Amino acid sequence: MIVNDFFMLMKQELMIFVIIFILLFIKIGKDRSAENLLYFINALLLINVISGFILPSEGMIFSDMFKTNSLIMLEKNILNIGTLIISMQSYSWLKNHKHMIEFYILLLSTLMGMFFMISSGNVLMFYLGLELSTIPLAAIANFDLDKRKSSEAAFKFIISSAFSSGLLLFGISLIYGTTGSLTFSEIGQHITSNPLQIFAFVLLLAGFSFKISVVPFHLWTADVYEGAPIAVTSYLSVISKGAVLFVFVSVLYTVFKPITEIWYNMLFLLSIVTILIGNLFAIRQENFKRFLAFSSIAQVGFILVGITGSSQMGSASVIYFVLIYIFSNLGAFGVVSIVSALTGKENISDYKAFYKTNPMLSWVLTIALFSLAGVPPTAGFFGKFFLLMAGAAKGNYILITIAALNMIISFYYYLRVVKAIFMDENNQPIEKLHVPILPKLALLICVIGIVCIGLMSGVYEYIYSLSTGF
Amino acid sequence: MINEITLTDILFVSTALFFIGVYGFFTRRNMITMLMSIELILNSVNINFVAFNKYLFPQHLDGIFFTIFIITIAAAEAAVAIAIIINLYRSHRSIDVEDASELKY
Repeated sequence: MIVNDFFMLMKQELMIFVIIFILLFIKIGKDRSAENLLYFINALLLINVISGFILPSEGMIFSDMFKTNSLIMLEKNILNIGTLIISMQSYSWLKNHKHMIEFYILLLSTLMGMFFMISSGNVLMFYLGLELSTIPLAAIANFDLDKRKSSEAAFKFIISSAFSSGLLLFGISLIYGTTGSLTFSEIGQHITSNPLQIFAFVLLLAGFSFKISVVPFHLWTADVYEGAPIAVTSYLSVISKGAVLFVFVSVLYTVFKPITEIWYNMLFLLSIVTILIGNLFAIRQENFKRFLAFSSIAQVGFILVGITGSSQMGSASVIYFVLIYIFSNLGAFGVVSIVSALTGKENISDYKAFYKTNPMLSWVLTIALFSLAGVPPTAGFFGKFFLLMAGAAKGNYILITIAALNMIISFYYYLRVVKAIFMDENNQPIEKLHVPILPKLALLICVIGIVCIGLMSGVYEYIYSLSTGF
Repeated sequence: MINEITLTDILFVSTALFFIGVYGFFTRRNMITMLMSIELILNSVNINFVAFNKYLFPQHLDGIFFTIFIITIAAAEAAVAIAIIINLYRSHRSIDVEDASELKY
């Protein structure tokens, strides 16, 4: 019975574990052609995604260290889908890379860390999951070993994530000192607005803010995004950020429930600053990856607006937005990664007259950018709408007004790219690209996701029915 | 002997160590020294956990276990960070952060 529980509850983690082992055996086995291997790995990841949806189970094991329920399983499925899309998109880049298997091993290790982090019922488990998800990520940020930018980005990433986990740990140690417990449920009962606990909370918030790049702690984001290989950048911007956001919401809503009004004011200020700085810096970027980095900072600001709602709707809208954000950001990153892998061009000015030579890729990029900006028929509009609705439930209309005005600023820079693609003249446009089948399929999934998820109201209602708030 | 030292004294040391680490992290320009500053921060956390466990909650060993995990993970983190620094040194011929300045604004 107990063994059965173990296998059912940790199904998704064990699945990834098995895939990592298969890859290790392939690595020590005889050489195979890179293309067949990539198809095989993507098939494994597809099985991983499908297996996440069958046999949902609920419960706690390891003396409440590891918990799971349908909401947590849904969050893990969302991350699985995102990882599969990224893996399919990076086909052109990985095909010629001699350390391809190591890339997947490290990538899946970080995914497993995120799963443990999302499932954690204990601060120790949370910390271990967090570190398992950041340390291998720093290693793959440096995956292009001979590129100067890549190693610089990796250094900035490891040093800032180590510093942020230091802050987080100091906060955790103070919370342990004031509550005497490490399990989330027991900590939640002992939190009062005692000054030491508030100091501890500020340190924890700083640690979290580093990971999701909220503004005073966002400085590493753009540099790491630009220097790291694009597959890693897209993984950082959607999967790792999404996982930390899921945990952030559940920690705020359960553990720090007694001091809601204190963290409400902090998040209020942070979200305004994050949206503003993200938007203003995005306007002046020339490199496409830096541009998407600042746009992702601004998006996190909007997510914080949704979190301030602290209701069932707040939690549901964050998960819904992360789902949409995975599709729309990966749509944009997918096109950028194909162009970068085949031509090496990464600047926005290179995309002038892109429509004349690559109409299909231009449409995908445009739909993705519209979704990021929040133009109505796309899913991004519904995502932002629910976030702002959740934030408005508290009656703080200053926050909502500033957020809504910032959506207009964001239109400027997203549409500037669309203008470059469709209207600008260019003497040397990017030549006609031949896109392999796997990236094509990944872009198709992204477009379907962007168009359909917003229009199918069932998705949001399903997430809403699972999530909790107060 | 240990009975004469109060929890406040130990917390004073660990908090001082934490802020020395933070100060070092922001002022030092050598990558290895920055890594050492982070180790200082992590060690201040270790002292905190052990002290809280010993003085306030001696019935469980939660804090001491946490310390063991922190030490292990700090080692793993330092291993990856030093590998990255070595790789950076190969291309930049320097481990000064001011020289790693290709990515800005």
